[in-house]
Amino acid sequence: MFNTSLKQLSTQLAEKKISSIELTTEFLKRIKQSNPEYNAFVTVNEDISLAQAKAADQMIAAGNAQPLTGIPIAQKDIFCAKGWLTTCGSKMLANFVSPYDAGVIERFNQAGAVNIGKTNMDEFAMGSSNETSYYGIVKNPWDTAAVPGGSSGGAACAVAARLAPAATGTDTGGSIRQPAALCGISGIKPTYGLVSRYGMIAFASSLDQGGPMAKSAEDLALLLNVMVGFDPRDSTSLQREAEDYARDLEKPLAGLRIGLPKEYFAEGMSSDVARAIEAALNEYRKLGAQTVDVSLPNASLSIPVYYVLAPAEASSNLSRFDGVRYGHRAASYTDLADMYRKSRAQGFGAEVKRRILIGTYVLSHGYYDAYYLKAQKLRRLIAQDFAQAYEQCDVIMGPTTPTVAFNLGEKSGDPIQMYLSDIYTSAANLTGMPAMSIPIGFGDKNRPIGLHIIGNYFKEAQMLNVAHQYQQVTDWHLRSPV
Amino acid sequence: MTLTISDVKRIADLAYIEIDDREAQETLQQLTGIFTLIESMQAVDTASVEPMSHAQSVTQRLRDDAVTETVDRALYQSIAPQVEAGLYLVPQVIE
Repeated sequence: MFNTSLKQLSTQLAEKKISSIELTTEFLKRIKQSNPEYNAFVTVNEDISLAQAKAADQMIAAGNAQPLTGIPIAQKDIFCAKGWLTTCGSKMLANFVSPYDAGVIERFNQAGAVNIGKTNMDEFAMGSSNETSYYGIVKNPWDTAAVPGGSSGGAACAVAARLAPAATGTDTGGSIRQPAALCGISGIKPTYGLVSRYGMIAFASSLDQGGPMAKSAEDLALLLNVMVGFDPRDSTSLQREAEDYARDLEKPLAGLRIGLPKEYFAEGMSSDVARAIEAALNEYRKLGAQTVDVSLPNASLSIPVYYVLAPAEASSNLSRFDGVRYGHRAASYTDLADMYRKSRAQGFGAEVKRRILIGTYVLSHGYYDAYYLKAQKLRRLIAQDFAQAYEQCDVIMGPTTPTVAFNLGEKSGDPIQMYLSDIYTSAANLTGMPAMSIPIGFGDKNRPIGLHIIGNYFKEAQMLNVAHQYQQVTDWHLRSPV
Repeated sequence: MTLTISDVKRIADLAYIEIDDREAQETLQQLTGIFTLIESMQAVDTASVEPMSHAQSVTQRLRDDAVTETVDRALYQSIAPQVEAGLYLVPQVIE
């Protein structure tokens, strides 16, 4: 049951071969057994999950089922869910029971999906290893000495270890794709503006985008069909015609032009990753695609630009955590300013404070032009590079990460090394383009490797087609560590 | 650009984050490394480039000036650190 695709689960539920209660109970049991070791979930609430499952079974019985009705979904703890503890991986929100639902949660609820629990994550989504969470590290189910990636590390672990059929994540610089790659699952960050940010705790508002994480591209398509949609409460939500993201899955790939940026195949990529990427590209050639060399001349600037813009936006967004209306408040203080300072010093972890300080500095008087404005100008150059590349190709491919999952503790003392694990992923956030990762094999220490597929704006259906066709002729996505 | 310990303390003050001398020293070291990475931006000439603040060039939507939601004060205050008579309590601000 736990290796079954969403489509198959949906059919089994519709044909009453299984009930949502049974399905939910089974996954809750798996979580209970394995979570003490993996720590993928921060919160599990059997009562709410089973009540949702019961309601889903009634929807199915009444003939009102939709494709995801009755299917348990693990929700990243960045999405506010009414009645659920919503911590964002932080001590700051350790006592925050959300009084409302995020747009994404509402859409899953309307679809009749079951919230199976809230997944662990790097604090305020700031991290690439899930080691900054106040709720402890998450382990990679393929090798418990390895990080699962981050910030959606709990979500990636939950899907890989089959503790949930699918999960949600968010991606500001690679936080869906990098953990998906390191845990051997599939994940997509849609075009900026497609998935509502309402009730998704903000890190860097011009870069944050929610998206699904699952076993296969086909599952991702079904999840996107639920997650994407206009939300007037998110001022950057895009008003577009609804589309079926599964519509092109079966299209043949003959004639597809795959752009290979020479900058992504240069130094820094480990040899095991390079070998797996080459093997995957050969599969694509066999499927009728052709590869073309393209160039993204400003690729090396995406990390410096990202580490100006994201902290700048974060320093502004996180100013709301002041200990007044919700969240952590220091036990003793002298005056209001002292309460702010102590509450924030105690409530935030080291990485979050570091980024707030970087952001505060680059926005401070006298430095704004040299850092923030400069980074915004370079952001345009990076976007122009991609626009030019897409004149020669349909999708861009490369590695999702330079290496397989690193060891727990290996980079946690060195912020710069940690930041560089997002070297291939952050450009898609800066440009707002959709990008995904799919599993394509195993490297050093038998740890998973991901292929990064970047598409042009709104080309999710095509990217899912590209990923699905590969998954029809390979079985990497079916492998599981359990 | 060289950051100093007083820069770190000034930024922490602006960000309302209490920081002691040991933390400030450690932070100085880390930020210095990060800003070395960031400085690579300065090598590119961007004099004629328009800043890009957003991924999509869309204009801000306007909505009707109408009440769209009501605030459930009791619910929202149920998670507050300290409230009294429907008000959020904070330390005295005015002497």
